[in-house]
Amino acid sequence: METVGIWCGAILTLAIFSFLYKDNPVYKACEAIFIGVSAGYYAIVYFFDSIYKKFWLGAVTADQPEEWLFGGAILGVLFLTRLFPKISWVARWPLAFIVGATAGLYMVNYFVTNAMNQVASTITDVIARGDAGDINWIQSFGTLVILVGVITGLMYFFFSKEHKGAFGGGAKVGIWFLMVTFGASFGYTVMSRMSLLIGRMDFLLGDWLGLIN
Amino acid sequence: MLNTIATVILLLMGLSLIYVLYLTIKGRPVERRIVFLYIGFGVMLPLLMKMTPPLPITSDVQRLYDHIITLPPGSKVLCAFDYDPPSAPELHPMAVAFVKYAFKHNLKLIIMGLWPQGPQQANMAIAAALEDPAVALFPHEQGVDWVNLGFQSGNEFVILSMGSEFKRMFPRDTRLIPYDSIALLKNVVNFSNIDFIMNFGAGYPGTKEWVQIGVDRFKAKLGAGNTAVQATEVYPYLSSGQIVGLLGGMSGAAEFEKVLGEKGKATTFLLAQMFGHATVMAFVIIGNVAFLVLGRKKKDAAGNN
Repeated sequence: METVGIWCGAILTLAIFSFLYKDNPVYKACEAIFIGVSAGYYAIVYFFDSIYKKFWLGAVTADQPEEWLFGGAILGVLFLTRLFPKISWVARWPLAFIVGATAGLYMVNYFVTNAMNQVASTITDVIARGDAGDINWIQSFGTLVILVGVITGLMYFFFSKEHKGAFGGGAKVGIWFLMVTFGASFGYTVMSRMSLLIGRMDFLLGDWLGLIN
Repeated sequence: MLNTIATVILLLMGLSLIYVLYLTIKGRPVERRIVFLYIGFGVMLPLLMKMTPPLPITSDVQRLYDHIITLPPGSKVLCAFDYDPPSAPELHPMAVAFVKYAFKHNLKLIIMGLWPQGPQQANMAIAAALEDPAVALFPHEQGVDWVNLGFQSGNEFVILSMGSEFKRMFPRDTRLIPYDSIALLKNVVNFSNIDFIMNFGAGYPGTKEWVQIGVDRFKAKLGAGNTAVQATEVYPYLSSGQIVGLLGGMSGAAEFEKVLGEKGKATTFLLAQMFGHATVMAFVIIGNVAFLVLGRKKKDAAGNN
């Protein structure tokens, strides 16, 4: 059975690679299979883990049922009213609940994590010292770069003053910091995409052809 | 044999790039399928080679290692597998290395996933770790040394709810055994009973959500393993001390294997990635040289007219 699975995987992988030559019906068929299988897998996992394992066993068949789970189940069922045009407006209620709860959660947590704690970590002594009290030049340089990057980056996004003279110069330095950040991000993205290809190659050469362990 | 053939072909490929450069300068650029072919072979052939790339350990990985070695035997580690098969080439090797370390040092693994495929990936990582005879010698009984609580929908709200009680989100493990009947989970109520959280994340929900709620709200200690795409977004949390260490992409995975003394797939994959990058860089250089030369020729031609 495992051999059949490996062969299916290998054939489907090669069929997806065939797009690199040109678009073709085999690629289209594999694309449809991938979407169908993914949707099916998600449906089964959500049903088993959420509806059966948590709700059914926890609220319906349990000796001490957790009644609060019925609230979630009712909200979930209300989503299905979208399928019936006359009462589709009811689906807005669970949606409003989700949006409200998410906004409430993020209002505090996101601000603390991504604003306050990040700002706090930026405000440090520019001159960093080691355990023996000596100056750590590398760390100090790093702190200085962060300081300059933060200030000039903020200057670039300050549009209430024309970007001219010393202020314009600072904003230009800020652009350079942004470009370096975007470049690093793009480089990492290329690295990640390359990893996907490596994973497939490893499967073809190892699991399928048995050329590598 | 394969090693030699792969090395020779790669050398020939490198030399043939000079011809590609010559063609491009002459105004006859190779078509994109040839570029794909170069990338394909550039990634595939190193997988057949036995070479180990030079790999210095970065401070991000060292910091994670320095933290996990302080965990005494019997420590309870919550392991969140928040990734799916497409991200596995980067995250699976680091997960396997971590599971091996955990079994060898008697760390108790409590596995969960905010991604539907996460717990399945965890089972595969455990199976891969136990294929190593040196790891299989150590205790690895399910329910005692490790437990897989499965997937739970709800994204960051799952983490929030776990802050008060794990059992509310995971009343049973993947074998449908009730939470209270699992030996490993006795006395584990919430994050205050967890010594360390290790998150393998490929996006949303993932490390950012664990930092926001698990770390900043419930004061848990968190280490992260991320795909390279995700890593740039997570680095600020490392410098601010919100996470103890970071394994970023394939290189992070390979460094983690090296620092743990485990030779896994990431080390081999890294060689393939290096050759893949070298090929991309070669084509970037070829494209730019051709652009400059052809641009100058066009300028000269316009001047003569």
